[in-house]
Amino acid sequence: MADSSHGAPGTSVTVATPGRELDQFENPGLPPHRPRLSDRSRSAEKRAERQVALLFLISILGTLLFFVGYFFIPLNETVERLRLQNLLLGLGTAFAMLGIGVGIVHWAKTLMPDHEVTESRHEIRPESDRQDAEKIVNDILDESGIKRRPLIRNTLLGAAILAPLPAIAIFRDLGPLPGNSLKQTMWDTGVRLTRDPSGTPILASDVTVGSAFHVIPEGLNEVENKLEEKAKAVVLLMRLDPEELNPSPGRENWGYDGIVAYSKICTHVGCPVALYEQQTHHLLCPCHQSTFDLEQECKVIFGPAARPLPQLPIEVDDEGYLVASSDFQEPVGPSFWERG
Amino acid sequence: MKALSQRRRHPLAAFALLLMALLVTGGLYAAASTANEAQAQTTTFTADDVEEGSKLFSANCASCHGMGATGSQAAPSLVGVGAASVDFQVGTGRMPMQMDGPQAQAKPVQFTDEQIGQLSAYVASLGAGPAIPSEEILDASEGDASRGGELFRVNCAMCHNAAAAGGALTQGKFAPSIDGTSEKHIYEAMVTGPQNMPVFNDANIAPEDKQDIIAFLKTIEEQGSPGGADLGSLGPVSEGLFIWVAGLGVIIAFTVWLTSRSS
Amino acid sequence: MSSSTATPTYVPKTRVGKVTDYVDSRVGGSGIVKEFGRKIFPDHWTFMFGEVALYTFVILLISGTFLTFFYDPSMAETHYEGSYLPLRGVEMSVAYASSLDISFDVRGGLFMRQIHHWAALLFVASVAVHMLRVFFTGAFRRPREFNWVVGCILLILSLAAGFTGYSLPDDLLSGNGLRIIDGVMKAIPVVGTYLSFFLFGGEFPGTMIIGRLYVLHILLIPAVILLLIGIHLFMVVLHKHSQFPGPGRTNTNVVGYPVGPVYAAKAGGFFFIVFGVLAAIAAAFTINPIWNYGPYDPSPVSAGTQPDWYIGWVDGALRLMPGTIGNFDFEFMIPFPWGVNALSLNVLIPALVPAMIVFTLMFAWPWIEAWVTKDKREHHLLNRPRNAPTRTAIGVAGVTFYCVLWAAASSDLIATHFLVSLNDVTYWLRFLVFFGPVLAFMVARRIALALQRKDREIALHGRETGRIVRLPHGEFIEVHEQVDDYKRYQLVAFESPEVMVPTPGADGKVSLLDKAHGRISRFFFEDRVAPVTPKELAASHGDHHDEVAGAKDRESIASH
Repeated sequence: MADSSHGAPGTSVTVATPGRELDQFENPGLPPHRPRLSDRSRSAEKRAERQVALLFLISILGTLLFFVGYFFIPLNETVERLRLQNLLLGLGTAFAMLGIGVGIVHWAKTLMPDHEVTESRHEIRPESDRQDAEKIVNDILDESGIKRRPLIRNTLLGAAILAPLPAIAIFRDLGPLPGNSLKQTMWDTGVRLTRDPSGTPILASDVTVGSAFHVIPEGLNEVENKLEEKAKAVVLLMRLDPEELNPSPGRENWGYDGIVAYSKICTHVGCPVALYEQQTHHLLCPCHQSTFDLEQECKVIFGPAARPLPQLPIEVDDEGYLVASSDFQEPVGPSFWERG
Repeated sequence: MKALSQRRRHPLAAFALLLMALLVTGGLYAAASTANEAQAQTTTFTADDVEEGSKLFSANCASCHGMGATGSQAAPSLVGVGAASVDFQVGTGRMPMQMDGPQAQAKPVQFTDEQIGQLSAYVASLGAGPAIPSEEILDASEGDASRGGELFRVNCAMCHNAAAAGGALTQGKFAPSIDGTSEKHIYEAMVTGPQNMPVFNDANIAPEDKQDIIAFLKTIEEQGSPGGADLGSLGPVSEGLFIWVAGLGVIIAFTVWLTSRSS
Repeated sequence: MSSSTATPTYVPKTRVGKVTDYVDSRVGGSGIVKEFGRKIFPDHWTFMFGEVALYTFVILLISGTFLTFFYDPSMAETHYEGSYLPLRGVEMSVAYASSLDISFDVRGGLFMRQIHHWAALLFVASVAVHMLRVFFTGAFRRPREFNWVVGCILLILSLAAGFTGYSLPDDLLSGNGLRIIDGVMKAIPVVGTYLSFFLFGGEFPGTMIIGRLYVLHILLIPAVILLLIGIHLFMVVLHKHSQFPGPGRTNTNVVGYPVGPVYAAKAGGFFFIVFGVLAAIAAAFTINPIWNYGPYDPSPVSAGTQPDWYIGWVDGALRLMPGTIGNFDFEFMIPFPWGVNALSLNVLIPALVPAMIVFTLMFAWPWIEAWVTKDKREHHLLNRPRNAPTRTAIGVAGVTFYCVLWAAASSDLIATHFLVSLNDVTYWLRFLVFFGPVLAFMVARRIALALQRKDREIALHGRETGRIVRLPHGEFIEVHEQVDDYKRYQLVAFESPEVMVPTPGADGKVSLLDKAHGRISRFFFEDRVAPVTPKELAASHGDHHDEVAGAKDRESIASH
């Protein structure tokens, strides 16, 4: 083992430890070549030839099939027609390609020489090359004088470390700084709860027990950065028997007669927690299965989320519509470092 | 038999045996499940008014829902659930329930349309509730499929999947696939909120909006997928499984053929 | 070929010779022909997966180029007016609308989209299988360590290529995927929020992300992949391909077919085969039906939201991690002098730890194994997986770990399709993610050792023929048929390393590192099956009745 540690390929295949060579089987060498059917019989050879040609013909037909699909199947806004065209284009291409591929391989397997050939391996580089290379590199280093002139070396090092910094800094304007934006949403005192996506306001009496409304703040459809605001402001509105809600002190008036509104953005990584089970009063996130219990102020009862869904305090305005009493009392959505 | 024993050491023997075992297990399972279905058939009655419905109810439903449908430990009161609820639950075979479980599942319908009408009439007479929808509102060709699609994605897709293929809920419950569900049953499910499904009353989703949703569902059900077989519309997992099993399987078969010596 | 003998007086005689001479005297092509024209490549079906990866990459470039001509990576708002009726009039981004146009209004566009996506799945799958082949056969050993590392980088790049492409249609499914990425990014301490704002150009989802991913997907990542493929193939040529041990095959030769014509024909034909298979799949099977998902909107979500299979394991890890265990909360509020900061370990651990473990082990494995075996020789002969039981078992454990995490990413589908509780599936998979790999390790190692024993049995006593013979004194025996020398050599040509016992150093003490090495060496090689030696074979022949298999039988076996 030691003598081959510089990388020369070993000579014996099965040597485990020196001195055991006698316990090894001799390599019997390549097995005798066995002629194929097409080598032995002229008719088999002819047959293989015809098969290859047939496969190439199939390929030609495949290409024609593609053109049939492309030119003779006009699309007419129905899915059926598109499906047929896609099928013909795909099958045409498949036959065109497989015909050529299978044909060539069949040709190689049956008609091209099948004698296995042995080639010897050589060292990747002879040792003398390595010696020469080492000498050349050392000469280059010497001639450059980089070892003898530490002032040059150190200043170059400093310059080389600093030079890439602008290349990083120039990406600063990829985006604005977060500022306070993750802590605020469109909700505010008196903002009406409206249906998603139509934006029509919701009367408290519309929300019957067992209902679930998907809610956006009034005016969302008109704001400029609609998706960004929607990504924070979407809310799920549900009505339970008031007896089943157990609000903690200070949150008793965040709902209205059993109607409660919770942020739809999961506190795990931000999927919409939209699955409401109206009998068990559980909310389930379809992405990672975090489960929140409405009866315990949306405490996490299963899954990877660690925080309850934030509740939106709501009340009813003079006309009987549901409105927010304020913005959320904590940031919605997944945690972030500055969340605090 | 002799030929069989001679081939038992064939390289493919193990696969053949495995295949046989799988077929036998599958066959037994299929036989067992059809046997269960057969046992679940119940006798039927004939009559056509609330009175008859009341009789049907006493015979088939009262053991759980109580005499007068006022509910019991085992099942909720049906006073005020409306005719739509009965028509949905019985009409899709969910009621009478086959066994206790996380939720009642659709199965072959146990009653004739006439009997379902009678049961609905009886329950509706107990208290006001959602009625069976009219034919006009169920006409999918009158709805706007793309508007329905938007409403479906906001209100329904999170449980039922964007292609209505169904999805999982907690503790063994699930939202079923809507593929093949009739217009009437889709509408009734929305207004009554069966089991854990929330109620989508007319103030939440107006009847015309419900019609749009039905139009959307019927459109995607009828047209199928433009790209060919839809692999269950289950998303990237079924696509990944397909490429690993079928795609890579075919490729491997080709590599084996390609590197084997011709005979 | 005769034209490549470059003597000054060379005058080409054939037409081929004239063409080569013309080209060679201008670009020096004869050197390439000399080097590659008759280069030998060994043939084995498991050696083809790298080619599958290369060919799918070529197909990705071709189909992807077509798609770029019609795709518009803009997140500006528009209303769809194309042919697909269930989406007509719906508000959406230009990127999504152009993806729909490719699918419904460009002839062949749907086919191109489908073949592109199927090819992407097959690309990553074939890269993975290729790496598994290299791992299980020990082809990463000296001198191929660097090429293994290049391969690992290629795997990571192919994941990146897949993920950036997955998001481009700006549909609901991929949009929710991006939202998850955003959530994971925000969980990174100190810089997470800034990273998210820089990537998305402001608050999620913003109007920049699709354009940025597009540049990464069509320019940066494919360029680096191409470069690394070049390096990868260069090293393959430099090292010459490895081969399985067998009669005539040694560590110092390569046995196989010459590039011209057989190997080139097979490899070239195989490109068309891969293309044809993908075309057939794209013809008949839908992939990524973006028309079902609808445009991205932060409010809706579809049941069964998962990423493509190669990112699925990270999603599975996110699902398995509990947010709290009992009263222990994985989200910490750390008080600092300037205020309280949040640290979400319930997101960070599953998103980073499994990937870190897997990739660290993957990159370092050639050196880890070299340290364990203390084997610094060059290896051009591969191991059959059974002949390296511990390595094989570790690989199987890794595959099991991946499969459990991918199953976790489909926990909801498992629940609905096998009618079990979603919560129970999660509990089971939480258990399996830790114990599954251990169990798989033990089972795989036992199977490998058992197969080695079976090989020994066959090498010593031959093959069972199924022929039962009754001897004159009444004993029944099954006749065994000796295998021929070539077959036997295949069964005995391997090394079986033994446990290395730590030896005291110059100071007479065994260092801690050596002790650790001794323990790990014991773990690797304690259970071993040695190859049959000629002596053992001779000894076994003495006590057998199976010498009926005479010279005639042997010949017939040899010509199988």
